[in-house]
Amino acid sequence: MNDFPRWKYALVVFALTVGFLYSLPNVFRPQPAVQISANRGSEVDEALKTTVKGYLDAAEVTSDRIEIANDRLLVRLPKSDDQGDVMNRVADIIKTGLANDNRGDGYVIALNLASTVPGWLRAIGANSMPLGLDLQGGVHFLMQVDDKEVFEKQQQRYIEDIRAVLRNKDIRYQSVGRGPQGIIVQLRSSADREAAAGVITVSAPELNVENGTVVGEAYTLVANLKPEEITRISQNTIKQNVSTLRNRINALGVSEPIIVQQGLNRIVVELAGVQDTADAKTKLGATATLEYRAVDESANPIEAERTGQVAPDSRLYKMRDGRPIVLKKKVIATGDELVDASSAPDPQTGSPAVSVVLNESGGRKMLDFTTQNVGKRMGVVYIERTPEVKIVNGEEVRSTKVTEEVINAATVNGVFGKRFQTTGIGSAKEASDLALFLRSGSLAAPVDIVSERVIGPSQGQDNIQKGVFATILALVLVIVFVAFYYKVFGLIADLALILNLVLLVAILSMFQATLTLPGIAGIVLTLGMAIDANVLICERIREELRNGSTPLAAIRGGYDKAWATIFDANLTHLIAALGLMTFGSGPLRGFAITLTIGILTSMFTSVTITRALISLVYSGRRLKHVSV
Amino acid sequence: MELFNPNTNFNFMGWRRVSLTVSCVLMVLAAITIFVRGLDYGLDFTGGVLVEVTYEKPIDVADVRSALTTGGMPKALVQSLGSTQEYAIRITPEKGEATEGVDASQDKVSHDKVSANIKAALSKDRPDVVLKPSVFVGPQVGEELRTDGLIAVVFVIIGIAVYLWIRFEWRFAVAAVASEIHDALITVGLFALTGREFDLTSLAAVLSVVGYSINDKIVVFDRVRELFRSSRKADPEEVLNRSINSTMSRTIMTGLTTALAVGTLFFFGGPTLENFGLIMLMGIFIGILSSIFFANPILLWLGVSKKDLMPVTRDNPELARRP
Repeated sequence: MNDFPRWKYALVVFALTVGFLYSLPNVFRPQPAVQISANRGSEVDEALKTTVKGYLDAAEVTSDRIEIANDRLLVRLPKSDDQGDVMNRVADIIKTGLANDNRGDGYVIALNLASTVPGWLRAIGANSMPLGLDLQGGVHFLMQVDDKEVFEKQQQRYIEDIRAVLRNKDIRYQSVGRGPQGIIVQLRSSADREAAAGVITVSAPELNVENGTVVGEAYTLVANLKPEEITRISQNTIKQNVSTLRNRINALGVSEPIIVQQGLNRIVVELAGVQDTADAKTKLGATATLEYRAVDESANPIEAERTGQVAPDSRLYKMRDGRPIVLKKKVIATGDELVDASSAPDPQTGSPAVSVVLNESGGRKMLDFTTQNVGKRMGVVYIERTPEVKIVNGEEVRSTKVTEEVINAATVNGVFGKRFQTTGIGSAKEASDLALFLRSGSLAAPVDIVSERVIGPSQGQDNIQKGVFATILALVLVIVFVAFYYKVFGLIADLALILNLVLLVAILSMFQATLTLPGIAGIVLTLGMAIDANVLICERIREELRNGSTPLAAIRGGYDKAWATIFDANLTHLIAALGLMTFGSGPLRGFAITLTIGILTSMFTSVTITRALISLVYSGRRLKHVSV
Repeated sequence: MELFNPNTNFNFMGWRRVSLTVSCVLMVLAAITIFVRGLDYGLDFTGGVLVEVTYEKPIDVADVRSALTTGGMPKALVQSLGSTQEYAIRITPEKGEATEGVDASQDKVSHDKVSANIKAALSKDRPDVVLKPSVFVGPQVGEELRTDGLIAVVFVIIGIAVYLWIRFEWRFAVAAVASEIHDALITVGLFALTGREFDLTSLAAVLSVVGYSINDKIVVFDRVRELFRSSRKADPEEVLNRSINSTMSRTIMTGLTTALAVGTLFFFGGPTLENFGLIMLMGIFIGILSSIFFANPILLWLGVSKKDLMPVTRDNPELARRP
C-alpha cells in the first residue's frame, strides 16, 4: 500500500523538522541574572564589565558569565533553590559599588531571568515561550485612561479660538461657552449666525457646526468635534500614555515589561519580578510638564558648567545628550498652554519638523517674545515629578524627585503666535519622539488603576511545576491507554500525539505567545481531545474489517470515511475556540489561543502524520492482519 | 483488544419519552439551583479586593472575623488557607454601600485604602500579622468580564448552529443547540452545588464543555447522515439507534482519554486549574449522556428523514420538459 504521495512525506518531514527546531528552546530553562543598562549619559562597555567583575570578586560572588548583549550588561548566576535571594544580593552589591564610585545614577539595575538558548537557535529566531505572570510572579495592572480632561482642554481652546476669530471678522456675538451639547455660540441675528458658521468652519475645519435653537433674540450655533477627530485624539492620548508609562517603567529597572493597549481606553502593565505594588504605583504616577524659555546667548555653557556660575536671571540645564545649556529663568509658555504637538515634514523643505499649537494666552506671550527675539534661540524644558516615599528613622517621608532636561533648543526664524513649527530636527523619528515628549508634558490624561494582581515568585514556581507535571501525566496516561487498546495503530497515534505537542509548542514559541496557567489547561485539553481523530479512524477500520474488507481496503476506507467526521467535529470545536478568543479577555484569551492552534495541529498530526507512518509500516507487504 | 461488543443494539430511541422528560427535569432543576442557590462568583466577576494575611502565631477564624467587624468591615469574607496562620480576606463592594475606601457613588475602589484598613483592623490586637500580595479588580472590570463571557457563550452557540445548518440541516442545528444549552446549564448547576468559586477559568471550562459535547454530537450526526443516505429503507428510529450503537465505542474511548487528561488537572493542577478539571469532568459525562438521550430524541421528534439529507441533485431541465 503506497497511496501516500511523496510530496506529503516531504511536507511531514518539513513540518516535523521545523517543529523540533522551534520547540527545542523551551527545554533550556532560563537562568537567574542581574541586568545593568545605561541611563542617560553613561555607557555599557568593557570597562564597566571589569568594574562589575571587581565588585563581585570583592564580595566573593561566583557568576557563570558576564556578557554584553543589546547594550546591556548581563551577570549570569548559577541556578539554585534560593536564586531569588542570590539575585537580590548581587543586585545590591552592584548598586552599592556603583553608588560608591558616584556612578549610581548612570545605570539601571534589574533582576532578570536570562535565556540560555544556544546562539545557533536564536540565530534562526527560535526562542522559548515567555512565561506569564502566573508562572513567574510579578504584578499586573489594568489602567483606565481618562481622556475627559483632554477633551475639556481641547474644547476650551476652541472656545478661545472662536472668540478670537469672531472678533477679527467683526461679527458681534453674545457669548461663546460650553454647554451639554458642545460649544455653544450665541449670536444676535440669523445673518450673523450664518456668517459666524462660515468663518468657524474655515478656521477650524475639524469642527462640526450646526444651527441650534432660537431662544428669543439669541440665535445659537452648536459646534462639536467631528467623530474622526475624537478618535484621533483618544488614540493619541492612549498612545502617549503608553509611551510615557514605558519610559517610566524602564527607569524602574524591570526587565522586559509588558505595556500594551487593551480595548479602546485601557492599558495593561505587567511587571515580572516586582512585588512591591505601592512603589511601582508611585513611579508610574509621575506627572510631567513643559516650559518654553529663552536661551541665554551671553553665557558660555561649557564655562558655566565648569565653574557652576551663571547670571542671576539664568539657570544651567542639561540637554538630553548631556551637553550643558544656559536658559533664562523667565518662562515664556508652559505645557498647560500647549494644546497639541504633532510631527509632520516641513511643507516647504520637506525636512522633519514638529508643529505645535498653543492656546490663546500662550500664543499671545509667544507672539510678544518672538517679535523681539528673531534669530535667537528658544529652549524647551521637560520636567518630570516623581513622588517618592523613603523611610527615615522609621518614619515615612514623602518627597518629590524632579528631573529636568532640555529636550530641544531651536532658533526663532520669524514672528509667530500660537501656531509654530520647530525645524532643524535630525530625522523623522526624532521629530515624532519630540512631538510625543511635548504632548506627554502637556496633555497626558490621568490614569486610574482598575485592576491589580500580585503573584508571588514561589507561587509562580509552584504553578509551573504543577502545570508541567499535569501535562506530562496526562500525556503518559493517554499514551498508555491508547497503546493498550489499539496496539500498533495505537502506538502510531501515540507518536502522532507527541508530535502534536511538539508542533503546538513550536507554533506558540514562534508567535512568542505567553504561556499562562490557562494556556497549560488548553494544552492538556488538546492532548486529551486530539486522540479523538485516531479513535474515529481506528474504530472505522475495525468496522470495515468486521464487514469483511481486506486489511488494505479497511485502512483506506477507515481513513476516508472518518475524515468527514473529523473535519466537522474539529471545525465546530474551532468555532468554540474562536468565540473564546474574540470575546474573551485576559486569561481566557491565552486558553483560546492554545486551543485553536492545538485543534489545527491535531488535525495535521492525527490524520496526515499517522497516515504517513502507517504507509511506512505497512507498505510493500501483503497484509493478512492489521493490528488495530 | 475490544471492550465493547461491536454488535450492541440498544433501543435508545425507544426510551425517548423517558429520557427527554428526565433531561428536561434536570435542566429545570439546574436552572433553579443556579437562580436560587446562586453561583459563588469569583473576584474576577464581582470586583473587590482579596488580601492574604499570615500570622506568626495561630489564630482562630472567628477572631479574624471579629477583628474585621470591629474595624468596620463586617461583610468581609474570611477563609482559611489550610492552616490557622494563613487566611484569605475578600471584600466585595456592594452597590450603594459606603465602606471606608469604597466610593460607591463613583463605583471606584481604592485598593490601597482597603488594604490599609484591613491591616489596621487586624494589627490592633495582633501586631504579628503580615499582609501578602493581593488581588484587586475594579467593579466595572468585573461587570465587563461577565458581559464578555456571556457574549462569548452566545457567539459560540450561534456559530455552531449556523455551521450545522449549512453542513447538515436545520433539525440538526436545533438539536445541537438545545443540547448545548442542556449541557451548559446542567454542568453549571452541578458546579453551583459544589459551592466552589466560579471564576474566569471556570467560564473557559464551561465553553470547553460546549466544544467537547458538540464534538460528540457531530460524530453521531455524521453517522446518521451517512446511514440515511446509504440505506434504502430508512426508518428514522432505527437509523438513529444504529448510529448511536455503532459510534458507542468511539464515544466512550474519547470520553475516557479526555477525562484522563483533564482529570490530571483536577487532581494535580493546583487551585487555579482544579475547577477547570472538575467542570470538564462533569461536562464530559453530561455531554456523552446528552448525545444519546437528548440530542437524538430531539432529532427524531423534529422529524428527521431520508429525503432531507440526500445530496441536492440538480434537476435536469431536459427531463422536466418531457411529458
